[in-house]
Amino acid sequence: MQAIKVKSRFNWLLPVKAGLLAGVIALLLALVGIVEIANQRPVIPGVLSVGQTLLLLPFLWAGYRAVRQAGSGEEAPPRFWLFVNGALAGLLTGALLTALLLVGKWINLRTVFINASPELYNLLTMGAGPAGVGILVPMIAGLVLGVVVAAISLLPERMRGSVVLGLSLIPVLAILSSALFAGRGLSIGSAIAVFVAATGGSYLWSIMQARVKERINNHPAGQRAAQWSRWALPVLIIALLPLLGKYPSEVMDMVGLYALMGLGLNIVVGFAGLLDLGYVAFFAIGAYVMGVLTSPEIGWTGIHLGFWGALPFAVITATLAGIILGIPVLGMRGDYLAIVTLGFGEIIRLVVLSDWLKPYIGGSNGITRIPKAVIGPLEFGTPQTLYYLIVAGCLIVAFASVRLKPSRLGRAWMALREDEDVAQAMGINLVRTKLLAFATGATFAGLSGAIFASKLTSIYPHSFNFMVSINVLCLIIVGGMGSIPGAIVGSLALVGLPELLREFTEYRLWVYGAALVFMMLNRPEGLVPEARRRLELHESEVESLDESGEKHVTVPG
Amino acid sequence: MEQGRATMLAPACSRLLAKFRLKPARNLECRSWASAAQAGLAHSKTWPRYKDVYKGRIMLQRLTRRVSGTTVSMWLIGLVILAVVAYGTYKTLALGKYSLANWTDLIIYGVAQGSVYALIALGYTLVYGILRMINFAHSEVFMSGPFIGYFVATSLDQAGFLDRQPVIGLAIVLLVAMLTSLTIAVLLERIAYRPLRRAPRLVPLITAIGASFFLQYTFRGLFGSGIKGYPEIEQLKGTWPLAGGVNILKTQVVVIVAAVIMLAGLYYFVQRTKTGKAMQAVSEDKDIAALMGIDVDHIIVVTFAVGGALAGAAGVLYVLLFRQVHFFMGFIPGIKAFTAAVLGGIGNVVGAMLGGLVLGIAESLFPNLVLDGLGIPAPYQLKDALAFILLVLILIFRPTGILGERLAAKKA
Repeated sequence: MQAIKVKSRFNWLLPVKAGLLAGVIALLLALVGIVEIANQRPVIPGVLSVGQTLLLLPFLWAGYRAVRQAGSGEEAPPRFWLFVNGALAGLLTGALLTALLLVGKWINLRTVFINASPELYNLLTMGAGPAGVGILVPMIAGLVLGVVVAAISLLPERMRGSVVLGLSLIPVLAILSSALFAGRGLSIGSAIAVFVAATGGSYLWSIMQARVKERINNHPAGQRAAQWSRWALPVLIIALLPLLGKYPSEVMDMVGLYALMGLGLNIVVGFAGLLDLGYVAFFAIGAYVMGVLTSPEIGWTGIHLGFWGALPFAVITATLAGIILGIPVLGMRGDYLAIVTLGFGEIIRLVVLSDWLKPYIGGSNGITRIPKAVIGPLEFGTPQTLYYLIVAGCLIVAFASVRLKPSRLGRAWMALREDEDVAQAMGINLVRTKLLAFATGATFAGLSGAIFASKLTSIYPHSFNFMVSINVLCLIIVGGMGSIPGAIVGSLALVGLPELLREFTEYRLWVYGAALVFMMLNRPEGLVPEARRRLELHESEVESLDESGEKHVTVPG
Repeated sequence: MEQGRATMLAPACSRLLAKFRLKPARNLECRSWASAAQAGLAHSKTWPRYKDVYKGRIMLQRLTRRVSGTTVSMWLIGLVILAVVAYGTYKTLALGKYSLANWTDLIIYGVAQGSVYALIALGYTLVYGILRMINFAHSEVFMSGPFIGYFVATSLDQAGFLDRQPVIGLAIVLLVAMLTSLTIAVLLERIAYRPLRRAPRLVPLITAIGASFFLQYTFRGLFGSGIKGYPEIEQLKGTWPLAGGVNILKTQVVVIVAAVIMLAGLYYFVQRTKTGKAMQAVSEDKDIAALMGIDVDHIIVVTFAVGGALAGAAGVLYVLLFRQVHFFMGFIPGIKAFTAAVLGGIGNVVGAMLGGLVLGIAESLFPNLVLDGLGIPAPYQLKDALAFILLVLILIFRPTGILGERLAAKKA
């Protein structure tokens, strides 16, 4: 007992560690330049910008970590120490930024760190400037934030959740409004209104939830309505999205194309466990076949089809390419497969780019004047109309994935993913199963590529670089490998958000990289995980529960 | 439990099956042969005849089993490629477009390039040998060294120190670069890889890809996206004459000599020192090495550190050849160095050195030697594609590499 008491006493190390780590993150955010760029977008004009919000995150994280760790001992420390913990962590985070200000005051850091500009210093001091007392602003802010975090952590659980939701909704709404409708963020009044409404609403909901649900379930009409709304609501939202205007439809088009590819790669990586880093090759093949067969610029084929005439060829060529590129890698696993497929993707891009094939596929000039898709009088020319074409493609592909997953083939893929040797021993034909995975994935990418070509009406080799493969891979990982809704959610999060926040284009891959590492370390199963995969990745936890006999986990699906 | 027993039995079964070259589903004849022998038929008069018949059948079966459709098509592809290469070479040589001096130049260039690849490849190979994972972010470890070294080099240059004391100046830049790369490699291991050591195989690989992008764009964000030109050292400009009227660039000599020294040093370190031997032991079997009293975590950190330092040094040598740094500069050399590591047999230290040299020479010779003869315009554009094709071909036809063990089939 004595030992435990000693342990639960105030531990200086926790807040110091959390604070310093968060400080390093804050420094990185500041010096990388993302804060400065985000500063142009206001959350509440004149009060808070997205950049400042971003900079607040490490402070909040430091405070949260310090407070949570302090509170997690055997015996909860007195409240006073929680405040000290949070304040200390925040203070240290701020101290590192202050150190940057101090150094920046004497030395011109800009020769090395291009973003260490006076604007950044101004931002860090909240407009007070790095001279005089302004230099202490980050530390004071850290102190206040740490105390605030500690105070929030002391709220009862329900209310805490509501407050956090209300606070985080303010920047989200502000960003959405400014990105979609060219607004200037929220005014102070509306920010308070949002906070009050969201906090109050979610608090009320958390109290009333059970009763409301019970009432709906007891009433037959309510039941029906609930069932209907489960289907009708998403359908309605999807169908009506283009009404938002041209720009949101454009964004949704890209999201849809990436979701198409994501669903395809999901089969290769998520279902069959074959890490394909050259997935862009099939996207390129679909686009190029579409371009070569339809563009009036390319004369050597002597064929000029319309979109619908060329589409089957594009898709079938991609499928065949999937099989052809699949054959040599049949015997490879894991890392080797990843590198070889990466090699394939690069080979195809470099060959397309070279002068060698220029007379046939345009070389670095690309192919232009690819026609739009037309059905009768309807031309899929505007982003709004194209959106429906893409949604139709997504629906077909999603339907195929949903049906494939529990099929014999789908189960064979998953067996392959778990253990290739065992799968073979169980009588699964490895060659056939793997090739089918590659072919299916390639088909979907080919479809996406064909639509992409007709969307842009011109294609260049530069559109088909390694980054596309990485984007697609990221989105299925963030969404959840092997999960079909995951591919769509991932595409919304990783393609839709950056399209909305155009000024972050430069930082897109930076954030992707961080997201990949973070997801793998903390939530390898993704945002919308597949049931089986979640169990697999948390195998040890499940097992330990099983052994202790306290909780028996049944495998769903 | 059941699975546990199966995994315990599996190696024994597979060894048995491999020994007799059997496959579980197709050995019906063999089994009947065996049971016939057991039943004492072997002593009967009819047996020898049956035995011969069975033997013949089994041999035929073995043959057909080994030579499946895919294998045949693969070998056909291989033969076609060989024929194309031979034809291209013949045409180029027959045309006589290049003189001997041209070829020597290309080879020297290839050796210089290849020794840089070899240094980077060592980082891949060392880490792969121990963790069985491709450190995808190694190319960024390589990039980071000369990138930070650039700031030191420019300030030294502005002070005039680099021209007055080129050796010391270069050594300082080299040291800074090595330290930077080492730090990044160790941090990478600590933050991104160590928590995932027991995770499924794809997980650390994806982390590595993420870390690679994160590092690239961190450097871009911190230091800008422009290409930064390295200062030139006065004493290293120009050429030295070599026998036969061939001139060799001074930088190339420095690069080759420095690379050879480092490669020899690394070889000594791995083969002779205690830490090096511990590294070998860990790469052989982590658990047993731990039982022998080796601190596995420590050895892994050392491996990352050594690989990182070599990558940093390689970066400085690379910069001596090309005189510029860029946040994306690691990608292509990284992939090529990986190719080199695979070419030599991944996990094999000498193999990585050899693979680097072979790749460097092949890459500088091939476009002119083969593609030119085939009449492809602007063959140098396809230089990078060639490296990738080479990688794919090795992995298909000889995944063990030049000096590799049986790693590929088992662990890859």
